Amino acid sequence: MNTLATAQRLLRQLKHDKRTVAMLLAMPTLLMVLLRFVFNNEMAFSKAAPAMLGVFPFTIMFMITSITTLRERTSGTLERLMTTPLGKLDLLFGYALAFGVVAVVQVTIATLVSVWWLGLTLVGPLWILLVITVLDALLGMALGLFVSAFARTEFQAMQFMPVFVLPQILLCGLFVPRESMARLLNWLSDVMPLSYAVDALFHVTSSTEFTGTLLRNLVIIAGCALLALMLGAMTLRRRTP
Amino acid sequence: MVNSVVSVTGLTVKRGGRPVLRGVDFEVEPGTVTGLLGPSGCGKTTLMRAIVGVQIVEGGTVTVLGKPAGHKDLRDKIGYATQNPALYADLTVTEALRYFASVLRAPAGDVQRVIGEVGLGSHRDAMVGQLSGGQRSRASLAVALLGTPQLLVLDEPTVGLDPVLREELWTLFHSLAASGVTLLVSSHVMDEAARCQRLLLMREGRLLADDTPLGLRERTRTADVEQAFLQLIKETV
Repeated sequence: MNTLATAQRLLRQLKHDKRTVAMLLAMPTLLMVLLRFVFNNEMAFSKAAPAMLGVFPFTIMFMITSITTLRERTSGTLERLMTTPLGKLDLLFGYALAFGVVAVVQVTIATLVSVWWLGLTLVGPLWILLVITVLDALLGMALGLFVSAFARTEFQAMQFMPVFVLPQILLCGLFVPRESMARLLNWLSDVMPLSYAVDALFHVTSSTEFTGTLLRNLVIIAGCALLALMLGAMTLRRRTP
Repeated sequence: MVNSVVSVTGLTVKRGGRPVLRGVDFEVEPGTVTGLLGPSGCGKTTLMRAIVGVQIVEGGTVTVLGKPAGHKDLRDKIGYATQNPALYADLTVTEALRYFASVLRAPAGDVQRVIGEVGLGSHRDAMVGQLSGGQRSRASLAVALLGTPQLLVLDEPTVGLDPVLREELWTLFHSLAASGVTLLVSSHVMDEAARCQRLLLMREGRLLADDTPLGLRERTRTADVEQAFLQLIKETV
């Protein structure tokens, strides 16, 4: 009940900020278009695009959520909510629901434009591609929620983007295949959730099979998102110094 | 006292290693308006946070409505308005209140009632972020009035308001008290003290006095609370 009310409230806040809505919905798609023309070649685009479909929404949702949560903390509304019967998980799942809706719309537009117009070759079924990208955006959202607990100011929250997101992008197998990385980097890549999203995206664009590995990757992404949400709940305190 | 709404004994709080409350004891009786007065930085807000149950305390006990402060059962029984209005700037007044109403499980009609009570009827569809400081603090006060709180903890609710509105809010506070609600209202404006049934004067983390306005003036042989405050400081030095 309160989860729904919280999600509704967040979406209302977004609705009043038309520019943010426009950017949220268009940004990943525009970046995909840009990528397509940078490569200027459908084959090369098809190679990099799946990973990008994971990376862009992941990054954007990470930023949006960490800033929104931080604003909730600094404006005093979080403290006020913590004096009410609202449960911590109500708040976090409310966030997950609201930004999940945004993620679904954002990712669907980017994926459909990439497949139908930009010439992304998709061997596997479209719905799996959508599921992976949505899970991936939710993962970004959950991580953003979690790390915002460690930011005191908006400046710090912005800095978390390069700290938490860029290493994942560098190590996810987009630039260099994960198998050919040095052992330490390969290990780091193994513990970063974005790697599994990118693996899954490469798989679904090149194969029709629904393999055990694909399923495992999906479970890992969803599990990491859930874990980050739970850790986020632990950072919400009813009493503060 | 058994039927006190708020009962504080030996409360000490440190913030950032510095003692903010140094052993505070008092009781608040039901259906009264108690004024918490003192200069900025004397610990009023910290004391209120401790009563609401969001402050980590060092020692002592705070009991509210028979339960330790911060108890789960108290969450829909206490209305709290912070000094800095805590509301969503990117929602309209009605939308922001509607969210808090549903979190507090208050009936749907409550939103319009509290908007009327704080005199924001003409701004119900204005964005919170576009309100003036005084309007915003009234909107924040409105959140505290949602539902049926038994205790209202209001941190400087009348700052920056014009005299007519201030008068209206005090009338509202007294009518709430008459209906059985207990109010603890902080202020650093001494002339608001006369409107309270009981006064807690604070300075540097300690209570200087806990008395009625009349009792305070008689004891210190002064004409108003400001003078009484100065007299008390002289006596304690």
